Amino acid sequence: MTMTEKAERKAAAENPPSEQEEVIFRAEKITKIYPGTVALDEVDFEIYRGKVNVLVGENGAGKSTLMKILAGVEQPTSGQLYLNGKQIENSSIIEAGKNGIGIIFQEMMIFPNLTVTENLFIGREKLNQGIVSNKVQREETVRILNQMEQPIDPDRLVGELRVGQQQIIEIARAISENKRILIMDEPTSALSNSEVTVLFQLMRELLVKGVTIVYISHKLEELMQIGDYVTVLRDGKRVAAAKIRDIDLSWIIRWMVGEKQGMFTYYQKRELGEELMRVEDITLPRIGGGYSVDHVSFTVRKGEILGLYGFVGSGRTELFECLCGCAKDATGTIFIHGKEVRSKKITGRIMDGIILVPENRQVDGLVQTMSVGGNIVLSSLRKYIKGFSLSKKEEKKAVAEKISEISIKVSDPNRLITSLSGGNQQKVVVSRALLTDPTILLLDEPTRGIDVGAKSEIFQIVNKLASQGYGIIFVSTELKEVIAIADRILVMSKGKITGEFLREEATEEALVTASAIGHELKGGAHA
Amino acid sequence: MPEIKKRNTNWLKVQSIVMKGRAFIALIVVFVLFTIIVPNFLNSTNLVVMTKHVAIYAILAIGMTFVILTGGIDLSVGSVAGLCAMMAGGFINEGITIGANTYYPSIPMVLILTMGIGTICGIINGLIIAKFNVAAFIATLGMWYVARGFAKIRSNGLTFPNLVGREELGNTGFPQLGAGSFLGISYSIWIMLVFMLVAIFVTKKMPLGRHVYAIGGNEKAAQMSGVSIDRTKVGVYAISGFCSSVVGLIIASQLVASHPMTGDSYEMTAIAAVVLGGASLAGGIGGIGGTVIGAFVIGILSDGLVMAGVSSFWQQVAKGIVIVLAVIIDQGQRRLQERVALTQQSEGKESV
Repeated sequence: MTMTEKAERKAAAENPPSEQEEVIFRAEKITKIYPGTVALDEVDFEIYRGKVNVLVGENGAGKSTLMKILAGVEQPTSGQLYLNGKQIENSSIIEAGKNGIGIIFQEMMIFPNLTVTENLFIGREKLNQGIVSNKVQREETVRILNQMEQPIDPDRLVGELRVGQQQIIEIARAISENKRILIMDEPTSALSNSEVTVLFQLMRELLVKGVTIVYISHKLEELMQIGDYVTVLRDGKRVAAAKIRDIDLSWIIRWMVGEKQGMFTYYQKRELGEELMRVEDITLPRIGGGYSVDHVSFTVRKGEILGLYGFVGSGRTELFECLCGCAKDATGTIFIHGKEVRSKKITGRIMDGIILVPENRQVDGLVQTMSVGGNIVLSSLRKYIKGFSLSKKEEKKAVAEKISEISIKVSDPNRLITSLSGGNQQKVVVSRALLTDPTILLLDEPTRGIDVGAKSEIFQIVNKLASQGYGIIFVSTELKEVIAIADRILVMSKGKITGEFLREEATEEALVTASAIGHELKGGAHA
Repeated sequence: MPEIKKRNTNWLKVQSIVMKGRAFIALIVVFVLFTIIVPNFLNSTNLVVMTKHVAIYAILAIGMTFVILTGGIDLSVGSVAGLCAMMAGGFINEGITIGANTYYPSIPMVLILTMGIGTICGIINGLIIAKFNVAAFIATLGMWYVARGFAKIRSNGLTFPNLVGREELGNTGFPQLGAGSFLGISYSIWIMLVFMLVAIFVTKKMPLGRHVYAIGGNEKAAQMSGVSIDRTKVGVYAISGFCSSVVGLIIASQLVASHPMTGDSYEMTAIAAVVLGGASLAGGIGGIGGTVIGAFVIGILSDGLVMAGVSSFWQQVAKGIVIVLAVIIDQGQRRLQERVALTQQSEGKESV
């Protein structure tokens, strides 16, 4: 433990939660060694009865791991759990359920092919002489939904419901199981503002009924609104805990981020060059009518970082799919250096100079069974062919070059890719794209799921690439990130470009307003 | 905690080595076992016969390795071998009839035509899997039926006997493939060695090989990296079909006859050899060297059981158990890989 760590712990101890309220659940010195480093290092965590206990931390701080241990999904390497002062073993999720602990996962655990009723009773069906009694189950479902004041048809398939309603079904399931402690892992990440309001209302009602809630979220404003107690994790350690009413937002950020620098100071002024890419009339029809991408045209200049902002479903991901060659039904023309791009598929587009760094590293980016080096050269193998075979020497040279250029932290490129941290994995995907000598680099949420330190490194890399003359299109759902780095920002909504802002004109308000065009439903858009 | 980790690391290393060398360990085990219980096991004629059997399994399994490395499976190899044997037999005994003329191809031509047929069967498998998104299991199961069906149709279920050809037609010499030898080693073993070396070269040194591993490791990521998924898949099934045709030819030539049930149930033997050789059925992990060792294990096991006088019914039981054991080990391998990554990560933390 370093000096600073000690100082932090001391400081945290000086700001203890008041002891007035009753601790219902306590985790003591929880350590978890887990694929992806020592996830938790002797973490203590108290849960207060009938309160919203908030857990915050950057990505990879260990929040989700701790919650999984509380819910019996994972077993701690060492440490104890106490419920009402009695030591318990949460050896499985069923065991934890018997102890009254339920969890609602970040990735929703619903069965879209089953009805609301069936979802509520899955795994503990109400039986009548060995046969599932739909009648009893349905009555119970109606009772719970009414109690929650959620008018959802119990016979509908859950897959047909809106995301917010699906979330409510998950909560309903937890309620029907009589859970006393409900863990919610980022429940609002997929919800619209009005759905969040409904969720919060529901949570308050649960509190009144004596349910205790453990709440994890990245959205700090939300935490301040709903939380009672807060515990901050950083790098697998508990660094601070307090009552929410004693603290403010900047306190949380300070503890979360530690001494790392703030992240929004990366823009570097560059001279923009000639036009690299021009797209005209890109259109992607949507299944069931309408357009996912609706006649979109724009240009990218040499050395330009073009930010692309929009809500989930605004068409930004689909636009990228059209550009990189994933979308089969896309129409429209793309010009690179004034020449029309004729290729239709990904392989061809890469050769023409457009390559995508996909949003979901694990699913679309990495070949987990291959080494770091193998992943880096995967897109550019043809460059290393000598005679009939791949030249090990050439490959090694290319890998070493990129590792030092992008500063990937790896001691040996022959190591498995999964042994790297998220940020370094992302850098591997970026290096792979760069080795194809692209003209245009499409970065789809390159900072997703990596910590602030790695984020700042990625931003520096993006800046460097732009000054080297690549054209970069950068998608992010984080408004601040887009504003921080882009020379120019396009805003999309409902498949159309609804706003274009130069760096000087871009304000958060203007972007949000533009991104809500076409969404003017009840309740308006945003503050 | 450091001492726990150290012990863990060492233990993991041992486990990794055992996992990687499992085929080799199994080979030593069966070899020693049969040397003890079968009196004349190490007799040289015996070893030659056994190696000839192994060669057949190994050639099939080499093709199968490519398929399994992409995460696919090819159930049709035995049937395709059977079809190819029958086609070759037909070419030699009946020739090719076009209209009123019957043309008897020379033996090299027979070989080329037959290998073409096997390769086309593989290409059809690949196209169905890649273009129509049919699960490999289903597509190749279909080919398993179709190829076997055609093998029987070709001669109405009868055997093409005595494939020696006729002097006046210029198509003699077919049995030479199965019976002949070079430097005292029979051709089939040479073919196995050549296939093995070429396959090792392709998997280790050519972009195709790298693409095969990438697709098996994460197909979506491979696609996004510009790997041509369809072409690679068609390629691996074509390789598998080609290997099957060679096996069909070797068997027909060794027997100097082609029987419609040639290669029956060989697909299972080939899959078993691949998995035993350290490949993961999920794809992305494995290699040709391991597969060949796996083929030796399976070959020695089945011949050894015969020589030990075990009834053919019990032989089936034994093979079944070995195959399932291999898959259980495969599952263990995946968990092990995760843990290796974990220790590498923590080691990396220390060294960086």
